[in-house]
Amino acid sequence: MDNFVSGFQDAIQLIISLDPEFFEIVRLSMVVSLTATFLAAIVAIPFGTWLGIKDFPGKRLLVRIIYTLMSMPPVVIGLVLFLLFLRNGPLGEFRLNFTATAMIIAQFVLVTPIITGVVFNGTKDRGPDIQALARTMGASPTQTVWLLIKELRINILSAVVTGYGRAMSEVGAVMVVGGNIKGHTRIMTTTIAMLRNMGEYSLAIATGIVLLLISFIINSLLYHWQQER
Amino acid sequence: MKFNKFNLLILLIVLALPLVTACSTTEPAPAEEPAPVEEPAEEPAEEPQPADDYQELTNTELILATTTSTENSGLLDFILPIFNEMFGIETKVVAVGTGAALQMGVDGEADVILAHAKAQEEELVTNGDTLERFDVMYNDFIIVGPPSDPAGLAENAPADVNAGYVLIAENEAPFVSRGDNSGTHIMELSLWESSGVGTPAGDWYIEAGQGMGDVILMASEMEAYTMTDRATYLAMKDDVDLEIVLEGDETLFNQYGVMAVNPDKGDHINYPAAERFVDWILAPETQELISEFGVEEYGEPLFFPNAK
Repeated sequence: MDNFVSGFQDAIQLIISLDPEFFEIVRLSMVVSLTATFLAAIVAIPFGTWLGIKDFPGKRLLVRIIYTLMSMPPVVIGLVLFLLFLRNGPLGEFRLNFTATAMIIAQFVLVTPIITGVVFNGTKDRGPDIQALARTMGASPTQTVWLLIKELRINILSAVVTGYGRAMSEVGAVMVVGGNIKGHTRIMTTTIAMLRNMGEYSLAIATGIVLLLISFIINSLLYHWQQER
Repeated sequence: MKFNKFNLLILLIVLALPLVTACSTTEPAPAEEPAPVEEPAEEPAEEPQPADDYQELTNTELILATTTSTENSGLLDFILPIFNEMFGIETKVVAVGTGAALQMGVDGEADVILAHAKAQEEELVTNGDTLERFDVMYNDFIIVGPPSDPAGLAENAPADVNAGYVLIAENEAPFVSRGDNSGTHIMELSLWESSGVGTPAGDWYIEAGQGMGDVILMASEMEAYTMTDRATYLAMKDDVDLEIVLEGDETLFNQYGVMAVNPDKGDHINYPAAERFVDWILAPETQELISEFGVEEYGEPLFFPNAK
């Protein structure tokens, strides 16, 4: 219990003291996860919506694949990307290993199927009705898509929030492709793993508390925004 | 697919499969083996101490806290099976950073500690967290770097570590540091001091905050230098693109120590197993085994036993 209590005290201390190293870690965590989630959303929302209303041969197989990808072990994603990014590997020329860019890519790969799956699920029930309505009103394909997104925005928002939560909590993939380098690829989750490995349990708990706090704040904001009509 | 009883049954079977296989490999809990293990009578010569002098062994699980460097070398995989078989003990190796390994001793989370941070280990003895500390073996630290050796260590300072560190700093050659207060990291920091460079700063100095194996991989990928213990490097050298550029300086001495956690911490501390382990690892036969480790595979020993 001492660890938890002192962890709590350390958390307050870290926040109040505006410790620059700590805030850099927090900043990077958010930049990486927000960027990855944003990019994933751009791809996944249209794709998930389209999947919800369109029928085609092989669709059921594709949906099953997406559901499987949704629960892909992140460390496997990290390993595959790490091997691709190796200096002597297929994408070695880009020197992506141990960069924040690689971490964003890893989280993007992780989050896109998740947002796609949730959007698809939300769209497949009400989507066709909305689409039919749009057609009776003479809407163009673009207007139809826009209407769909508008009408289903609550589900889309929850999909993005789910994706973001997944990205922020990830540690395996980002540790493998990022390397937890101070000032460059060190984020909150990898810091927690490192601190535990150093026996610094109190600071590890403190970092965890801050991570949860940030998650709570962002989720609260999104929930609030979602409630406003 | 309909959500009917048949599909539900199939799903449950698939989910239950891992449980079934896991059950078959679970060892019986120590509580099921109340009788003390009797030392094999036919091998008295290999025992470091007459069986009567040890405390009765009731718990056959020994938790050994050690560092990532030690585990990465492969030494424990080599020698532990012999210990386990001789005493009927199952040793669980927990390999973490130096800080965590020692903290496990302080918290009573481990029964015995094997590390290479003498000063920090001795603090635990002073504080009463562990019993006496013994030297076990040593190896040395080396500096490895990319074959191109941009800072020219191999040519200009092949055996002078202070000069080597100066060269790296002057050339701002990429250098990966453990950055985790491990035994290796502390040695590295002291060398930056003694070389006159002071606290390294700059983009070329990369603080990884990971174990030795991970840092070596990173150095290889980034074509950077790093300081490592010889054993971990040798265990990994075929998988990485790094060469030894500096070795043999007397200050690069890396001493390993063993100590049993103080049984005063509670009944859960398995002192009987720990005392057997400590004696065994210091015994001449085991020391000889340590000196043989790695010779066949790497052409040189990875560790040099020096128990007194």
